[in-house]
Formats: sequence, structure tokens, C-alpha cells
Amino acid sequence: MAMLEVKDLVVRYGAIEALHGVSLSVERGQIVTLIGSNGAGKTTTLRAISGLVRAAAGSITFEGRPIANQPPHRILRQGLVQSPEGRGIFANMTVAENLDLGAFARDDKAGIASDREKSLSLFPRLRERLSQNAGTLSGGEQQMLAMARALLARPKLLLLDEPSLGLAPQVVQTIFQIIREINAAGTTILLVEQNAHMALSISHFGYVLEVGRIAMADKASTLEASDEVRKAYLGVG
Amino acid sequence: MTLDQRRAAELAPSRAVAALRSAAPLAVGLGLALALHLGLDASDLPFHTKVLVDVGINVILAVSLTMVNGFTGQFSVGHAAFMAVGGYTAGALTYYSSLLLWDSGDQHGGFLGAGEWLFVGSCIVGGLVAAAAGYVVGLPSLRLRGDYLAIVTLGFGEIVRVILQQTGNVKFTADEVREAGFLDTATSLGGALGFTGVPTYSSIFWVYAFVAITLLVAHRLKFSTYGRAFLSIREDEIAAEAMGVRTTRYKVLAFVLAAGFAGIAGGMFAHQSGATLNPRELGFQKSFDVVTMVVLGGMGSISGAVAAAAILTILPELLRDLPHVWPAGVLVLALGLAFGGPKRARFALWTVGVTAAIEAIRFGARRLGVNLADYRLIFYALSLILMMILRPQGIFGVREAWEIGPIGRILARRARRAAP
Ligand SMILES: Nc1ncnc2c1ncn2[C@@H]1O[C@H](COP(=O)(O)OP(=O)(O)OP(=O)(O)O)[C@@H](O)[C@H]1O
Ligand SMILES: [Mg+2]
Repeated sequence: MAMLEVKDLVVRYGAIEALHGVSLSVERGQIVTLIGSNGAGKTTTLRAISGLVRAAAGSITFEGRPIANQPPHRILRQGLVQSPEGRGIFANMTVAENLDLGAFARDDKAGIASDREKSLSLFPRLRERLSQNAGTLSGGEQQMLAMARALLARPKLLLLDEPSLGLAPQVVQTIFQIIREINAAGTTILLVEQNAHMALSISHFGYVLEVGRIAMADKASTLEASDEVRKAYLGVG
Repeated sequence: MTLDQRRAAELAPSRAVAALRSAAPLAVGLGLALALHLGLDASDLPFHTKVLVDVGINVILAVSLTMVNGFTGQFSVGHAAFMAVGGYTAGALTYYSSLLLWDSGDQHGGFLGAGEWLFVGSCIVGGLVAAAAGYVVGLPSLRLRGDYLAIVTLGFGEIVRVILQQTGNVKFTADEVREAGFLDTATSLGGALGFTGVPTYSSIFWVYAFVAITLLVAHRLKFSTYGRAFLSIREDEIAAEAMGVRTTRYKVLAFVLAAGFAGIAGGMFAHQSGATLNPRELGFQKSFDVVTMVVLGGMGSISGAVAAAAILTILPELLRDLPHVWPAGVLVLALGLAFGGPKRARFALWTVGVTAAIEAIRFGARRLGVNLADYRLIFYALSLILMMILRPQGIFGVREAWEIGPIGRILARRARRAAP
């Protein structure tokens, strides 16, 4: 059985139905990507999985346990961690304080200290800036901080919402390289991206979301080669 | 044991050390309160005493409100309502208990005597009742994000005011109280005229003892896991929730604590000499004054709230008879030039300009025979505007006095050197 199973997920914002029955699954150890145009419902899907918005219908199962509509802190404790869209860093707090908040739900001091070391060796630029206010970091550094912070919650499954948003191509390369490293170290990843080409190139499996519905699901390499995806999301035509 | 485990064990303070860490500053605070109390003879300097008590009460109000508006970034505009709830509860308790116990509504016993303990107990009960009210108001409105809290607290303030205005006349004798029974007595709070006759107990010692407790709690909160959770909510509520912070719970906790301390401040206010415990006095204007203190001090800065509360309480009194300001100007100028950061030239220019302007106004008024005291509210408003132009983020921003400026730079340098 897959690590994460989402079945017929429906999410409504008031009268608007954003997801009309989304089903997807994430196998342990893989990188799975969810691509789609603006407003397709990618962020909504991730938020429903991590409990930040209510699921009106459908089921979400993580490691065999139903988690739909549990409070976020409980879902987080089971090892499902989201790095929110737009980075969501705490701008007026220092880098160190941001990292501390990543470990907010944990109380194993020794484990936190060693995970903090690991995160900082993954993102050495953060180490030099520990006492700097997070709001004064560059866009790329803020994204690194958001990921490092999420890692401190010790995720089994890491949900990343558009980590490449607004970053220069070089920095995007670095970020994607680190995503692979995180995955290689044993963390499963569900990645939401606008940058379909990059996302598919590092993923095992991919889903295409179109206005609240899954339109395609296939191996990442197959999706990358398919005409529809190339036309709609890779700007090739 | 791994190296990490050993480090963690070293970092975790033992229970005894933790208890001592709380007890020591509290003892120092109480000692200072006592010294201030004994050093300043209330009968000799009644006016100074009154201003100092006012400062203390406003410090409790501003520091507690900064837990909500500063730490968690919510916006409460009804702090005076919780002050009223606590103040009326405490005032009524002391007054009517005094009538029943000692057959008189006057002060009873001396320093640390039975009357004072009744007063302290009443203030604590007032704080608890205000905290309960805070829970009732806060729970539904803090579940939601956004500006609901401002609207709800505004409404709550009006409700409290109207209810208090409907209460009956204050009873004057023990017999009256016994005859009327509990419910009738509890609703005899003076109505629109206000609750008069509450005995005077708010001495410098007691007010500053509670100031010390408030500061200690606020400081403990800010620099703990709780504080980090509060600040994260203020910075980005959704991200905080994604990190496992139970946002509603922490927002309600901050709100209830703040309401509780406002209630205690209300109790102090009620037992002040010549207090006018009336619904109008504790209305929107008072809430707004406290919000001003918090904004001026820097949202979330405890030392900022203290400084702003002190300045905004003393300033209107000083403006009654404007003193020479040039000695203060010279002092500020010297300190700024000696320790200032990169913007010291601008700072110096402003200091000289403001000092000269105030001296000029003072001189001009003397020559023309204008009484400046008549215009003091204008000066008060002007100085607020000026301070916001000079430091839009408030006196200290989110940080504390010791985290910025020369001391902050020294501490940061030391921290950098200590880091591996
Ligand atoms: N809080 C909200 N209230 C109302 N509607 C919302 C809310 N959040 C999202 N929506 C709507 O739900 C739909 C899906 O939004 P979502 O943010 O999930 O899209 P997305 O795929 O992440 O888009 P993008 O690539 O631009 O981030 C959109 O039509 C959006 O307007
Ligand atoms: Mg999105």
C-alpha cells in the first residue's frame, strides 16, 4: 500500500468548489510531483492533506491511518510536514528562531540538535546567517530556510509547494539538487511545481491537475514526453 | 550517551535552577517596590505618588495588551473593558466585605494589615473574573483569522459600559447590605455616577509588586516556547499552523492572560485615592490610550511598552507647567553621539531641532503671557506624531531595549564569537 492515499477529495471554499474529487497516491521513497496551471487547486490539495483546510468529502490515508480533517499539529506529529507556498517564513524572527519553530512539535532535544546540524550542512548559507532576521534573507535563502525548517519537523513525507517560485535559474538548480539529496536520504516528497520541466526531471511519478481534477497520471518520464504536457506546461509546441 | 545527548542534558536546567530563576527576579522586583514605597512618603508628596501609581497601572495595562496586540499580532481595542470588569469586581468585593467585616467602608489596618490583604485578594479575584470574561470573548473570535477580534472587543467594551450604567446605587451600611442579599448587592455598583467610596489601598508597594509580577510573566512568556509560538502566529498564521503550532489555543491563552492582568490593573485603579470608578472613565478612550502605548513602545516589546506607558502618563503632567528641556536635550545628544549607530547625525539633528523648538515655544509663551497648560493636549498629540515619524516601528520595535543599540551590539558580537 502506498504511503499516502488520497481518494475523491473534495474541498470547498464557501460556495466555490476548488477540488471536485482528486485521487492520488505517493509511494514510499519516491518524489511525486503535482503540476498544473494557476488556480488548478495544487495548493488546496496540499493544504487538505496537511489539515490546513477541511476536506468536504473523500478520504486521506497516511501509512494506513485515516488523517482527513485531523488538526494540523496531529498530522504533523505523524511525519507529514508541509513547507507552505510563498515560503511562509517568519520575517521578523531570526533564522535560528525560524529553525526552532520547525521543531516546535518535538521535544527530543538531542534529536533536534542533530537534525539541526544536518539541515545546516545541507544549507551552509543559513549557518552564516543564524542571527539575521529572516526577512532580510534573499529569496533563494528564504526558500532554503523554509525547507530547512520543514526538515526540522522530521518529515517522513515532505510536501513542498512551489519551492522554485520567483528564483533565478541558478538558484532553482541548487534547490532541486537539494530536493534530490533530501529524497536520497530517505524522505518521501510530494512536490507542487509550476516549473514542470524541472519537477518532472527529478520525479518518479507525476500528476497533472486541471481545475480541480486529475487530468493525467503517469511515470514522470512518460509525462515529460507526452504531447499534451509538452504543449500545456513545457511551452513546447 | 552521545555528544548531542550530553549537550542537551547540559542545556536543560534543573528544576531547582529554574525555580530560582523565577524567584530571584521576583524578589528583586518586590524589593524595589518596597524601597520605592518607603523612599517616597505618600503624605509628603501626594501628587508624585499619584502619578507613580498611575504609571504602574498603565505599565500593567500596556505590557498585558502587548501580549495580544504585540506578541500574537491580534488587534484588541477593548482592554479597558477587562479593566472595568476587574476593577468593579475588586472594588465591590473590598468595599462590601469591609462593610460586613468591619462595619465601615474605610481603610482598615496599616501596611500589610488585614485591609491590605483583603484588597490584594479582591484584586486577584478581579483578575480571575476578567480572565474568565476574556475566555468567553476570546474563544469564539480568535478561532477566526482577521479583524473579528477588533470588532468583538469594541462591542464588548460598549456592553460592559452599558451594563455598568444600569446598576443600582451603592449601599452605605452593613445593615443595608445584609438586608439586600448577595445578588442585589453585587449589582449595586453606582450606575452612571460611578462607584464611590472604595477604600484607598493602591500604594506604591502593591502597585509595583504587581508590575513586577506582570513584567516577569511577560518576559518569561516572550522568551520561551510560548513566546516563539506567539510570534510565529503574528508573523504568518498559516505557516505557524503548518509547523504544528495550535494557533487558536495560543491566541486564546495570550488573550486570557492579558485580560487577567488588565483586571488586576483595574483593581489597582479602583483602590486608588480619589479614584473615579465610573463606566465612562473605563470606556473606549481608555482602551485607545493603552493601544497607543503599545504601538508607541513597539508592538511586542515589553521594555517599549513600559517606556511608552511611563512617557505617556508623565508627559501630560509635565505639560501642565513646561520645564526647561535643554538639559535633557544635551544629555540625549551626548548619549546619541557617543553610542549611536550609523544614523547618529540624523538623530542629533532631530534632537537639537526638537529641543530648540520646545524652548522657543516655552520662551514665546512666557513673553506673550499664554498659559501652555491650556494647550497641553495639542502638545501631547504633536509629540505622538513626532515620535511616530522618528521611529515608525515604535521605540524598540519588536525587540527589547537591551537587544538593540550599544548593549545589543555588544551582546551580538559576543554571541557571534561564542558560536562555532
Ligand atoms: N481561501 C480561499 N478562499 C476562496 N477561494 C480560494 C481560497 N484559496 C484558494 N481559492 C480558490 O481555489 C482555487 C484553487 O486555488 P489553489 O491556491 O489551490 O491553486 P494553485 O493550483 O495552488 O494555484 P497557483 O499555481 O497559482 O498557486 C482557485 O480558484 C482559488 O481562487
Ligand atoms: Mg498554489
